[in-house]
Amino acid sequence: MSTTPEARAGHGPLVEVEHLTKHFPIKQGVFSRAKGVVHAVEDVTLTVNRGETLGIVGESGCGKSTTARLIVRLLDPTSGAIRFDGRDITRVGQRRLRPLRQEMAIIFQDPYSSLNPRKSVGQIIAEPFAIHRTEKDKKQRVQELLDRVGLSPEHYNRYPHEFSGGQRQRIGIARALALQPKLIVCDEPVSALDVSVQAQILNLLKSLQDEFDLTYVFISHDLSVIRQVSDRIAVMYLGHIVEIGNSELLYEHPRHPYTAALLSAVPRAETNGGTSTRQRIVLSGDVPSPVDPPNACVFHPRCPRFQPGHCDVETPLLRRFEGDQEAACHYPVERWPMTEEELRHPFGGRAAAESR
Amino acid sequence: MSSFSGSGTPLLDVRNLSVRFNTRDGVVQAVSDLSYTLRRGETLGVVGESGSGKSVTSLAIMGLLNRAHADVAGEIMFEGTDLLKLSKEELRTVRGRDISMIFQDPFACLHPMYRVGSQIAEAVRAHEDVSKSVAQARALELLDAVGIPNAKSRARDYPHQFSGGMRQRAMIAMALVHNPDVLIADEPTTALDVTVQAQILELIDKVKKEFDIGVVLITHDLGVVAETATHVLVMYAGRAMEYGPAHEIFTAAQHPYTWGLLESMPTVEKRLDMLVPIEGSPPSLLRPPPGCPFHPRCKYRFEPCDKKRPPLQSIPDGHPDACFLSPERKREIWKDRIGAELGLTV
Repeated sequence: MSTTPEARAGHGPLVEVEHLTKHFPIKQGVFSRAKGVVHAVEDVTLTVNRGETLGIVGESGCGKSTTARLIVRLLDPTSGAIRFDGRDITRVGQRRLRPLRQEMAIIFQDPYSSLNPRKSVGQIIAEPFAIHRTEKDKKQRVQELLDRVGLSPEHYNRYPHEFSGGQRQRIGIARALALQPKLIVCDEPVSALDVSVQAQILNLLKSLQDEFDLTYVFISHDLSVIRQVSDRIAVMYLGHIVEIGNSELLYEHPRHPYTAALLSAVPRAETNGGTSTRQRIVLSGDVPSPVDPPNACVFHPRCPRFQPGHCDVETPLLRRFEGDQEAACHYPVERWPMTEEELRHPFGGRAAAESR
Repeated sequence: MSSFSGSGTPLLDVRNLSVRFNTRDGVVQAVSDLSYTLRRGETLGVVGESGSGKSVTSLAIMGLLNRAHADVAGEIMFEGTDLLKLSKEELRTVRGRDISMIFQDPFACLHPMYRVGSQIAEAVRAHEDVSKSVAQARALELLDAVGIPNAKSRARDYPHQFSGGMRQRAMIAMALVHNPDVLIADEPTTALDVTVQAQILELIDKVKKEFDIGVVLITHDLGVVAETATHVLVMYAGRAMEYGPAHEIFTAAQHPYTWGLLESMPTVEKRLDMLVPIEGSPPSLLRPPPGCPFHPRCKYRFEPCDKKRPPLQSIPDGHPDACFLSPERKREIWKDRIGAELGLTV
C-alpha cells in the first residue's frame, strides 16, 4: 500500500457519497411504535479525494459525526449511496465489510473512553492485527507505531491511565494507523485537549498524512482547527450541507449566511491587537430540533437575510460559485467581510430575480 | 452605583493565595502565592490549561473547597473583610448574594426535577425574606432580562426542556438575583456552540455594564479572553505567569508561556504551514519541577531557570511577569518574532 506522492497527486475520489440520508426513528411504548423521526442527515452529496482532508464543520446536532459514521458504515444509511475506492458499499453485509474495514479507521474525540483501561498499550494497538490476522511480528510493528506517533517503545506494557490526554490521543492514532488504512475519520480528535497539546496532535496528523498518503475526513466544531487542517470544507446545519468548497476560498468569502455568521462568531486574539474592525454577527435563538426541522431552507428562522415568502417556501439547492465553491442559499453573501446591517439587506429585487 | 472606571478601591483583592490538597499520594500544591485585584466594570480573564489552578482559585474565593481536605492560605479581601476568616455561616451570606458564580455545565447545576422558574425563586428566598410570589415575580423579571423568550411560560419548563444556551442564561439569571458585586464565570461557554457562545459572551458583558459589577472569567480560550477581558491573568502549574491589562497581553506579551499559548493556537484568520506547539505536557503538581515551573517546556530557558524560581515582577513600561529573561530581551523576542508572526504588534 505504498503509494507514491505522484499517485497522491493523481487524486480521484476515494469516497463518493450521493443523496445520503439518515433518519433515526424515535420509538416509544411496549410495541416500539415510531413516534417521530430525527432527521440526522438529509440528502448529503460529497466526495473526498485521495490524499486530501475534507473538514466537516458545524454545531452540535448538525449531523457531522453521523455523516462520517455513515461513510465508514458504522451506521446504515436510510437512503443514498456510498462508494469507497470505486466499490459501492452502501448495502454490503457485515462479512464482506470486514476486509474493507482494514482500509478505514477512526480516531475518536475522547482519549479517555476510547481506550480500554484493562488493556496495555501494546494490546490496544495490536488488536487490529489480531482481528484481521495480518501481522506476524506484532510487537515489533507496535513499537514502530509507538515510535512514529511520538511515544516511546518502552510504553508497550503500560496502561492508558498512566498517560496524559495528549499521549492517549497518540495511542488512539497509532491504533488507527496499524492496518495502514487509506481513510481515517478524525472525529473531534483535539477538542478534549489543551491548546498547547492540541497543536502537537494537529502537527502529528499532518506529518502522518504526508508520510502514509492518508485521506482524512476531519470533524470539528472549531473553525480555527478546521481551517488549519482542511483542503476542502463542508459546513453542515441541521443535517444539510449548506456550503462546501475549497478551504481558503470559503474562509476568504463565505457564500452562505450561516457560514458567515459562524466565522464572525469565533472569538479571536486579533481583535484586541487593534488590527481588525470586525463586527460579530450574533444569530438569534438556537438550532431547531431535527425532529421537526423548519420548512424549505432549514436555516431561515435564524437567518439575517431571511426573505418571507421565498426562503420558507422554496428549498434552496446547492449552487456553484467561482472555484467550485457551492452554497445552498437564495441570497448568497455578495462580498466579505460585511457588517450585520449590510448582511441583513441582500441586494433586494436584484438578488431575488437572479435566484429565480 | 459607583463610577465606571478602573481606579478606586478594588472589589476583590486576592493576596498571596495558596491552596494545597492533602491526598494519598502526597500534597498537591494546586495554587501558589497568587495575587490579583478586581474592580467594578472590569473583566479579569484567567487563562491556563487544565490543572493550572484557575478553577481552584475561584472555588477558594467562593468558599467551596472542603476545609478538611484543602489547606487555603493567604487573604481574599472582599469589601474590607477577609473571606478566609469568615465562619461557614457568615460566608453563606456573602456567597450567592455578593459574589456569585456560574459554571461550565449548566445542566449539572440545575436540578432536573424542579421547574427553572422555581429554582431561581428559591435562590431569591435564600437571602431575602420575601413571599413566594414576590420571588417568582423577580425570577420572571430576571429570565426576561437575560433574554429568555416568553419568560413567563418558559419559567414553568424543566431544565431538560431548555437548550444549552438557555440553561446558561438561566444560570446567569440565578447568579444575578441579589445584584452581586462580583460574578465568577468558570468556563461559561466551553460546552456551547460557537454561535451560542457569542450570545452568552455578549450577555455577560451587558450584565457587567448594567449591574456595574466585576467579572472573573475563567477560560482556556485566549480568543474568548481577547474579546471580553479588560485584564488578563495567565496561570501555569498553580502560579501567575503574567498579569496585566488585556490590550498589553495581546500586543506586548512578556512571558514565554503566553507566547507559546498564542503561537500554538490555530486561527480562523489564516492557515499556517505548521503550528508551533509547546512541547511536552504540564507538570504534575505532586512533584512540580524545581525553579520556574515552565522551564522544562520553555524554548528560552537559560542558566538560572531550573534552580531559582523567577518572582512575579513588573518591567519598566510593562506589566508583571515571572521570567528571568531581561526586559529588553522579552521586548525583542516579541517584536521581532512572536508578535510579528502573529500580527499582534502595534
